[in-house]
Parts: sequence; structure tokens; C-alpha cells
Amino acid sequence: MSDMLTPVLTDNWGDERSWTIEAYEAQGGYRALSKALAMSQDDVIAAVKDSGLRGRGGAGFPTGMKWGFIPQDNPNPKYLVVNADESEPGTCKDIPLMMASPHTLIEGVIISAYAIRANHAFIYVRGEVLHVIRRLQHAVKEAYLAGHLGKNIHGSGHDLELVVHAGAGAYICGEETALLDSLEGRRGQPRLRPPFPAVAGLYASPTVINNVESIASVPSIIEHGPDWFSSMGTERSKGYGIFSLSGHVTNPGQFEAPLGITLRELIDLAGGMRNGHKLKFWTPGGSSTGILTDEHLDVPLDFEAVAEAGSMLGTRALQIFDETTCVVRATLRWTEFYKHESCGKCTPCREGTWWLVQSLAKLEKGEGTEADLDVVLDQCDNILGRSFCALADGAVGPITSSIQYFRDEYIAHLTHGGCPHDPAASTLFAPAGASA
Amino acid sequence: MNPTEPSEGRASDRGVQKHVLNRIDDKTVGELREIAARYPHKRSGLLPMLHLVQSAQGRITPEGIETCAEILELTSAEVSGVATFYTMYKRRPVGDFHVGVCVNTLCAVMGGDEIYDRLSEHLGCGNDETAERREGDTATVSLERIECNAACDYAPVAMVNWEFMDNQTPQSAKDLVDDLRAGKEVHSTRGPRLVTWREAERVIAGFNDDLANEGPSAGPASLVGRNIARERGWTAPGVPASNEQKGEGE
Repeated sequence: MSDMLTPVLTDNWGDERSWTIEAYEAQGGYRALSKALAMSQDDVIAAVKDSGLRGRGGAGFPTGMKWGFIPQDNPNPKYLVVNADESEPGTCKDIPLMMASPHTLIEGVIISAYAIRANHAFIYVRGEVLHVIRRLQHAVKEAYLAGHLGKNIHGSGHDLELVVHAGAGAYICGEETALLDSLEGRRGQPRLRPPFPAVAGLYASPTVINNVESIASVPSIIEHGPDWFSSMGTERSKGYGIFSLSGHVTNPGQFEAPLGITLRELIDLAGGMRNGHKLKFWTPGGSSTGILTDEHLDVPLDFEAVAEAGSMLGTRALQIFDETTCVVRATLRWTEFYKHESCGKCTPCREGTWWLVQSLAKLEKGEGTEADLDVVLDQCDNILGRSFCALADGAVGPITSSIQYFRDEYIAHLTHGGCPHDPAASTLFAPAGASA
Repeated sequence: MNPTEPSEGRASDRGVQKHVLNRIDDKTVGELREIAARYPHKRSGLLPMLHLVQSAQGRITPEGIETCAEILELTSAEVSGVATFYTMYKRRPVGDFHVGVCVNTLCAVMGGDEIYDRLSEHLGCGNDETAERREGDTATVSLERIECNAACDYAPVAMVNWEFMDNQTPQSAKDLVDDLRAGKEVHSTRGPRLVTWREAERVIAGFNDDLANEGPSAGPASLVGRNIARERGWTAPGVPASNEQKGEGE
């Protein structure tokens, strides 16, 4: 049985000058790289497969299996692309990781690129995080100077060029095929699959795209072994992950724990709900994962159990809202986000998210009738699963789940002629006496 | 339009394009080519190249679009199509300090809506607008409603030139913009002294400014779980508990 928290990736975050190569190597950094370069490439892939690591960017696809899909007989160059476009509302783990310890990611990139025989790798980082971009650029330069990047890395015969590439503000570029289009210098719009990126990705060549946390987990798997990694977590959701608690808890923050920890345990670690308040609803993994309620405090936070509860583990972005928060307001705001970020390629998403905003805005103002709720659900039904990518599916998640759990609150807006909540009460600087 | 201003677009005329190219200096053109050369296929350089155009010219200009198109052997329409897709590219100038207030759900609920409203009132400008420069101001400030910037454990969050300004209140945000307009030195809560928007765009384009070593490793919220684990001696299996000297500081 593991300890409740298991800092691996977050362990060095508070260390003196943790972002520098000196600090990283002083605590054992780049040892895994030496070990990996002494292994065969297939053995590195096998280790990651055996560890049970599943993608940490939301979808949970087994990382080693993804690497195994790269056709090594394809004559084109192979590419590794790190998805560092962290933008899913509530998700805030990759950004502090790259700020505090960019070398953890870079070491993972070098090992992963070696395994899939890629001589070119890219870190696609969102553009709106200036200091993170600085630290990445600086760390890549340090890694070149140390001989960890470039030609014939430490005599292994393996070459790797690594480019830090900043995006320009588009949530959709977190979707892997839109990211590839963006990295090719185009509008970030998703591609139809198949072909999958493993076969025809960047420049129509075999490409692995992995989330920051997935790649950053690789050095620890190589260093301590796949059995060590899989000794943590649950039966089909192995290892540790960073859980990000935000919102109405006393001490929001990052908590690295084996998959399967519960929200009850995490809220307790975060010092409980803010003074005198109680949990109303929460997202398990960002706004694209349907909301859950206080009935779900003991659901193990792993891929299977959260799916069984009707939502998705996603990025473990736990946004916590207490009883002062209006669920209709929250849902409308998320819907406005999806409308704003829809890339416009697929009609059900482009038009559908626009109509959803109109319908929900009316409901929030207390206009319309209960039958309008069914219209909204019908709109959702006409959007879900009808577009190239998952953005539109994510957009309907908060709506259908909030109507499922809080239908009465929607109706209260109609009977009350508007929102029955005082928005001031849910702020952190709520005036004394403000209440829901 | 002011008749002394060069006309926007219509660059198919070679004479116009030549005039236009003269406005982006040779150093910048060289750097744009340098960006394109970082990639196996040069078109991949377009996003950072457009960031560099903003750094050099203060916004995405028709001249900048033409120059990128020429370097990448694309049409200006193809480059425009990309430039208009991404929200960080501005077709109108922003302030020296571009202030974003997160109004996505979590930050909005925690106070972002109120912060945005108070700030908009205080500056007398709305979304994607620049506040009027007052007498005595040494810098200008613009305002934007932004989406989630991946700092939810520091809500409500504001950004200045894409640096984190964590844990804001309506008052702290007002003080922030007042200090910026007055030319006072302002630091990011998790980064260095704030640079101007054009200087920031240069870093985003890939030209580092040697400020990576400024600021802490992490803010306090990022360390909450790590510090609890240290206090309670919790570790990953087989990993010795960190000793005290390893430090709780930043």
C-alpha cells in the first residue's frame, strides 16, 4: 500500500533553483537517460508498456502502446511532439511542472525520442505563459551544452534536435491533430482520423504526441522500473498522477498521489472546504468532464471508477464549487468558452455551441419555460459525437450533467425570474453576511 | 483613414510591397528567416514569426504578413488566414502592458467577474481596448477578458504580458494597473520584473531574454501537496524521505 501522497514529479519543485541543470542533476536527474541509452529501443518501449502508464493529457490511452504503433519500416522521419498546450479549464499541472523542473520533461523527451527513433522533437507550449517559455528555452540550451541533445548523444549514435515552439492562443490546439496543423504553420483545426498521427502525423510522417506529464513520467519508470510504477494506483489505472485542486477549498494546490485517491481524501489534504461552506459540485478532470456532486466524494479517482460514475478522469483538474455557486451560471460560462474556442470546422460544433449559449443565457435570466430544458438537451444530443474532435463532446458534458443533478436549480431560475444566488457570496473576497 | 497612413492590404502591387518591406528592418527579416530555419519544413515557423512581427511592429501589420509570406513562399491570404485564427495576434496595437483577467468559470466565480468589471470601469475601457494615456502616465495599459490560463489554484488570476499575477482582488488589480501606468517596477508573482508586451513577444518568438533565472521555482499553491508529504514522511515506494536540508524554500 502506497503512502497517500507520492511526490515524484513534484518532489523537487520547491528546491533552490530547481529549474537549472545543476539542481536537477544534483538530485539524480539524467541518470535515467544514461540507463535508457544503454538499453535497446524496444526494451525502453517495453518498459513503458509494462508500467501501465496511460496518457496524462485526459484520454488515458496507454503510452507504450501508442509508441508501439509507430511503423518503424516507414521511410519517413519519425517525430515526437509534446503537447504542452495546457488549456483545459481547471487544468494547471503541466505549467508548474515546466516552470519548476523543465529538465524532467526534457529528460523524458530524450528517452522517448530514442525509443521511437525520432531525431526531431518539439515541445508545443501554449503562448500565454511567458516565464514557462523562458525556462523551457533556457533548459533546452543547458541540455545541448551538456551533450544531452544534439548529435550522437553521449556516444549512443542517437541524434536529437529539440525545438520549443510557442502557440498563439487557441484552446483547440490542445487537440492532437489540431496541434499538428498548428505546428505546421496553419490554423489549428482537427484532422479526420484515420490516418492516425502514428502513421501520418507531422508532415504526414509517423508521429507520437504525448502530454507533458506522460513524457515527464518516463524517466522515473526507466530509473525505478515498470514494477515500481505499477505498484502504485489501481488495477487498470497504474502509477501516480498530479491532482490539481482549485476553487472553494481552504488550500488549493497540486497533490501528487497514486491514481485511485478520492476527492474526500484530497479535500481533507487541502484543509477542507473554505470556512463554513459545503461541497456542491465539482469537475473530476476539467470542464469537459461532466460535473459530479457530493454523492461522489468516495469515487476512486481512476479512469474506470470515474467513468462508471458517469464522467471522466480527464486531466485530474478538480474544480471545487461550494453551495454559494450557481450551477447555471457556471454551465453558461463554460458553454461560452466552448463557443469561443470552437475552431469552426464542423457545423454541429460551430453552430451548436452558439445556440447552446443563446438557450442557456435565456434560462439564466429566468426566461422561457421548463420545456426549454428539453430543447437544450435535444441540442446537446444533436452535437454529441457529430464532429471531428472531442471539443463539442466536451461542450455538452457540463450541460447534460448539470441538468441531470440540478434540474431544480434551472427551474428555480424560471420561477424566481432570474438567478436566485448572490454572485458576491461565491467570491474569495465575499463581504460578511453574503450568502447563497 | 488618415491619408498619410499607408493603405492596408492591396499588396499585389510590387511597388507597394517594396515600400512595405522597407518598414521591417533587415535585422528583423534576418531573424524571421532564422525562425523558419529552425524547422524541417519552414512553414512551421509561421506562428513564432508572427510573434516576432508583433514584437517588431507592435501588432500584426500588412507589412508583417507580406514579409512572412515572402519568406515562406505563401500567399498573403494564407498568412492572414493563420494570423486571424489565434487570439494572441492583435491587429490593433495593445498597451505597453496588456492585462488579461481570467473570466472562465472558476476564476469568474471566485471573483474574476468582479475584478474585470472594476478594472474596466477604472480604466474606462472594455475588452480588447487600450485605456487612454493620462497626463503623467509613462506607460499604457490594455485590457482583455481571457480564458483559463492554467493557474486555477491561484484564482482569481490576472496576466500581464502573459506573466502570472496570482490571487487578485479588485483592489490589487486596480493598484497593479496604476503602478504600471506610473512606470513603477512591478514583478510577476511567479516570475521576473514585467517586461513590455513587445519585449515579451520577442521571447515567445524564441529569442530568450536571459530572465529565466528570475523568480521562484514555484508559487505556494504548487507546493501544498509536496510540503504535506514532507511533513508526514510520505514518499513514492522505495524512495527515501527527503531530508530537511533539501529545503522548503523557493
